[in-house]
Amino acid sequence: MPYIFLLPNLLFFGLFVFVPIAINFVYSITGGPALFPSDRPYVGAGQYTYLFECGSYVDPSTCREDHFWRGVYNTLFFTFFQVATMVGLSLLTAIVLNMKIRGRGFFRAVYFFPVLLSPVVVALIWKWILQRDGLLNAAITGLGSDRILFLAEPGWAMFWAIFVSVWAHMGFYTLILLAGLQAIPSDIYEAAEMDATPRWRVFWRLTLPLLWPNLIVVVVLSLIRAVQTFDEVFVLTGGGPGTSTLMVVQYIYETAFSNQVQNFGLAAAASLVLGIVLFALTLAQLAFTQRKSS
Amino acid sequence: MKTTKMLLGCALFAVGLGMSQAYAQTTLRMTWYSDGNEGEVMTDLLRRFEEQNKDIKVVLDQVPFKAINENLPVQLAAGQGPDLARVADLGGVARYMLDLRPHLKDPAYFETNFGPFLEWMRLPGDSSSIPGYMTQLTLTGPFVNKTLFEQANVQMPGPKATWEEWATAAKNVAAKVQAPFPIAIDRSGHRFFSLAITQGAKLFDDKGEPAVVDEGFKRGAQLVFDWHKNGVMSKELWGSVAGSAYRGANDEFKNAQVVLYESGSWQIGQFDKTIGDAFDWVAVPTPCGPANCSGMPGGAALVGIKTTQHPKEVARLIEYLASENVAAEFYERSLFVPGHLGLAKKGLEYKSASPQGKAALKVFSEGVSQLSPVANKLQGYVHNRVIFNAVISRLGQAIAGESSLDEAYKRIEADVQQQIAERTKK
Amino acid sequence: MNLSRLVTARRNPKGWHWTDVAAYAYLLLGVVLMFGPVLWLVLSSFKTQASLLEFPPSLLPLSQKEVTVPGYPQPLLLFKVTMEDGTTRELAQIRRVGVQAQMINPADPSQQFRVAIDKRTPVREFSLATKNYTEPLERFAFPRFLANSVIVTVVATLITLLINSMAAYALSIYEFKGKNAAMLMVIGTLMIPITIILVPVYLVVTKLGLVNSLWAVILPGAATPTGVFLLRQYMLTLPRDLIEAARMDKASEWQIYWRIVMPLTLPALAVLTIFSIMWRWNEFLWPLAVLTKTEVYTLQIGLNAFQGELQTQWQYLLAMTVMTLTPVAVVFVFLQRFITTGIANTGMK
Repeated sequence: MPYIFLLPNLLFFGLFVFVPIAINFVYSITGGPALFPSDRPYVGAGQYTYLFECGSYVDPSTCREDHFWRGVYNTLFFTFFQVATMVGLSLLTAIVLNMKIRGRGFFRAVYFFPVLLSPVVVALIWKWILQRDGLLNAAITGLGSDRILFLAEPGWAMFWAIFVSVWAHMGFYTLILLAGLQAIPSDIYEAAEMDATPRWRVFWRLTLPLLWPNLIVVVVLSLIRAVQTFDEVFVLTGGGPGTSTLMVVQYIYETAFSNQVQNFGLAAAASLVLGIVLFALTLAQLAFTQRKSS
Repeated sequence: MKTTKMLLGCALFAVGLGMSQAYAQTTLRMTWYSDGNEGEVMTDLLRRFEEQNKDIKVVLDQVPFKAINENLPVQLAAGQGPDLARVADLGGVARYMLDLRPHLKDPAYFETNFGPFLEWMRLPGDSSSIPGYMTQLTLTGPFVNKTLFEQANVQMPGPKATWEEWATAAKNVAAKVQAPFPIAIDRSGHRFFSLAITQGAKLFDDKGEPAVVDEGFKRGAQLVFDWHKNGVMSKELWGSVAGSAYRGANDEFKNAQVVLYESGSWQIGQFDKTIGDAFDWVAVPTPCGPANCSGMPGGAALVGIKTTQHPKEVARLIEYLASENVAAEFYERSLFVPGHLGLAKKGLEYKSASPQGKAALKVFSEGVSQLSPVANKLQGYVHNRVIFNAVISRLGQAIAGESSLDEAYKRIEADVQQQIAERTKK
Repeated sequence: MNLSRLVTARRNPKGWHWTDVAAYAYLLLGVVLMFGPVLWLVLSSFKTQASLLEFPPSLLPLSQKEVTVPGYPQPLLLFKVTMEDGTTRELAQIRRVGVQAQMINPADPSQQFRVAIDKRTPVREFSLATKNYTEPLERFAFPRFLANSVIVTVVATLITLLINSMAAYALSIYEFKGKNAAMLMVIGTLMIPITIILVPVYLVVTKLGLVNSLWAVILPGAATPTGVFLLRQYMLTLPRDLIEAARMDKASEWQIYWRIVMPLTLPALAVLTIFSIMWRWNEFLWPLAVLTKTEVYTLQIGLNAFQGELQTQWQYLLAMTVMTLTPVAVVFVFLQRFITTGIANTGMK
C-alpha cells in the first residue's frame, strides 16, 4: 500500500531528477560540445582530474580551474553566515511576533511578504537601492559622508549578498518557528512561572527543546537553499567584484551556458561533485540532529 | 483599439492556425531580441510582408537577449530551433545556419551588399553560403559629454588624438566638474579590443591560429589596468562582476557622470531619446594608438535556421527584409548603422533623430573605413567569443586585485587554448 | 496562552514593559526594512526613463513642469533660477547653447535672460509615468501570458499538493521495506537545484516531445522534495491513535489519507500552496529554456523581453516587475488569513 502512495512522486523524481543525474554522469565522463550524449567522445575521468588539478586546495589561484574553487570557498563562507543569521533572526522575529502585540497579523504579513518575490525581483530591488546613485547612497551623502560603492568592494558585496538573501527568505522560517512556538502548551509556562524560574532558563530549558523539530526543519531547509543560491546573488553582484561572490552554482551554470563553448562535461562533473558533497553533509547533519533530539 | 493591439499576438496565431487549413498557409517563427525599438519596427515590416505574401504568416517570438545567448544554442543542438533567429554570436551559431543561396532570386545582391559580413556567418572553409543579412552593424567608439568640457573650460582633443591624450583631458575635466567617471569603457571584449588593436594587438600568428597575448595586447591591458589604479576609470564596470558578464555605463553617461564613454553606435537611439536637452554629447572617432585608430565592428544578423521545414519561404522573407527600401526603413527607424554596403554608401536619412543623433550616426558610419584588418578578422573568427570571454574575465580579476596582470595573461592563453580544444573535440 | 505569557509574565498588566517597547521598535524597523524596498520599487516604476537616473533620486515620481508662453508653439520647460543679484525666480527655458541657457519670464514674455546652466534647477510636479505600463501592455499579448502563467501555477500546484502529500503520507504513517531508501532519495533530491541539471532535463523533455507546451514547465518541478519533507515533518506530529481508530472502523487506506490525514495537515498544505504558487509564478530560467513560442510564454518570459544585449529598458522592466508581482500579492493577502487561522487552530490543540 505505501508503495502506491509513493509511486507518483517517485515517478516524477525518476524522470526529472534521477534520469537527468544519470545523463549528467554520462556528460561528466565525455567531452566536446555535442548535446546528445551518444555524440560525445569518452574522456574517462578527464573532466574530474581537470577540475581537481590544484597546486594546493586551500589556495584557489593555484588551481587550473580556479573559478570552481573560488566558488566553493565563497559558497562555504556565504552558507555559514547566511544560515547563522537566518536562524538567529527568524527565531528572534518569531518570539517577538508571538508576544501579545497589536496588529500581529499585519506584522507577520510584512515579514512574510518578501518571500513571495522572485529572486530576480529581490535582487533588482536591492541593486536599485545599493547602486552608486541609489537610495542608500542618497541617504549616506545626505548625512554628509562619502558615497560607498557597495557592490564594488568585496567585503560589502558579500555582506549585501548575505543580507539580501536573509531579507528575502526569513519570513518563511519565521512562520515555521512561530507555528512551533504556538504549539507549545501554555501550562508548561504556567508551571515554570509558579516556580519562579528565570526567563532565560525557561527559554533555554523549555522553549528551545520543544521547538527542536521546527528548528531542524529551519536549519535543514535554509542550509540547502543557501548552498543552492544562484539567481539572487547573480543578479545582485554578478559574482563580483572580481570573483568574490561567485557561487559554485553560478560557476556550473556559466560553464554550461554562458560561454561560447557550452562545456556540459565540465559543468556536469562539477555538479556531481557538488551533489555528492551536499548529500554527505545532509546525512551527517540529520544523523547529528536526530541523535540530539532523541 | 488598445485591446485589439494587445490581443494581436495570440490572435495572429489563432488566425494562422485557422487559415492554414483554408489556404495551405505557411507559418514561420522568428526568434528576436531587442535593445530598443527594433522589435516594433520589425513587427510593422512583417505585417507589410504578410499583406504582400498571403501564403506566409510570420510570428515574431520576442525573447530577452539571455535566451539568444544561452538557450538558443541548446535548442538548436536539440533540433528545436525556430525558422529564423536574430543572433549576435555569428561564429558560434554558424553551424546551424541555413544556406539560402539555392532559394534566393538574386544571390548577387547579397554578395554585393553584405559581402564582408557574410564572412562572419560562415564556418572556416566555406566561402559561398548566404545565411542571412545584418539587421545591424555596430561599431565601437567613444561618446563625449561636450558640455562637461565646456564647463571645465578644457579643450577637447582633436580627431587624431591618442588614448593617453584623451585620458589626461578627461581626468582633467572630471576633476574640475566632479564627475566620477573620467573614462568609462564597457565591460566587453569588443570594447577592449578596439583599444588593444590601436595599440598594435595582432591576435593571430602567421598561420592564423590565435596568439592573443602579444606586445600590443599587453600595452592595451596595461592602459586599462593603470587607468583603474589612477582613477581614470572606476572599478564599477570592469571590477564589479565575475566571468564574462557585460556591464555598460550608458545610464551613468546619460546622467552626465561620464566624460568619455567608450561604447558603440547602438547607444545613439537611447541617448537621443533620454538625454534630450540636458547636455551636448558628441560621438568622436576612435582615439589612436601607435598602430592605428580602428574601432571594432560587430552586429547582429537575421539568419535562417537549417532545421526549418520551409527554406523557400524563409528565403522569400529574408529577401524581402534585406531589400534596399525595407532595410533602409528598418535601419532608419531603429537608428542603426546600416549593415548594407549600398545603403552605407548612399547614406541614410534618420528622420526621427535630432541633429546631435544624426551627427553621431555620421561619425560612426565614417568610422567603418578606419577599421583595421585585424579588427575585421577578429570579428569574423569563429571562436572570437572564447577570446572575448577569457579576456574580460581574467582582466576583470586583475583589476579587482585578485591576480597580477602577468597571471591574467597566462590564464587568458590557457583558457583560450582549453576552450578551443574542448570545442573541436570530436 | 502561549509564550507571550512567558515574556509578559512579570510586567505590570497596565503599564509598558521594556520588552513591549523593544518589540514594537523591532517590528516597526521590520516594516521599514521589509516593505520599504518594495514600495520603492512601485514608486520607481512610475518614473520616466530620465528621472529614474537622477541622483539624488526623488521619492515620488516627478516630472519637470512645462509652461506655454505666447509666441512659442512648443511648451517650454520651467526652471527655478538663481539670478546674479541672489534672488530666485521661475523662468522658462527657450533654448540652451553650451553652458548658457536662454530663459524667458513666462508671466512677462518680453523679459529674456541669459543664465549659466548650473544656476538653474528644474521645477517639478508630481506625475505618474503610466506609459511604462501601457506601452508594453499594448505591444505584448499580455492576456495570453497571464493566462499561461495562471494555468501553469494552478495545475502545477494541484499536482504538487496531491503527489507530495501522498508521498509524505507513505513516509510518515507506514513502516515498510525501502522506507529509508525512499527517504534518502527525497533528501538527496532536496539538494539538487534545477539550475545544475538544466541541460539533461531539457533532453528528457525533448524526448517526451513536450517542448513548447505548458506541460514542459508544469511537470518537471511538480514533485518538490521540499514539499515532501515539509508535509512529512508535519504528519509525524499527528496523533497515531486517530489513524489506528480509523483502521479499526475498517476505513480504507485511501479514506484515511483523504478524509483524516489531509484535513489535519491543512496548515502545512497551505504553506506548501503558497510556496508552490510562488515558485511557479516566479520561475524564469527553466521556462526560458523550454518555451520559445509567444503563445506559450509565461509572464516572466514575455515581460522580460526588455532585457537586450547591450541595454535594459529599466522603466519597462520595473513596471512589468510590479505587474507580475501584483497577482501574487493579492493571492497572498487572501491566503494569509487562511494560514493564520490554520496555524492558530493547531496552536489551540
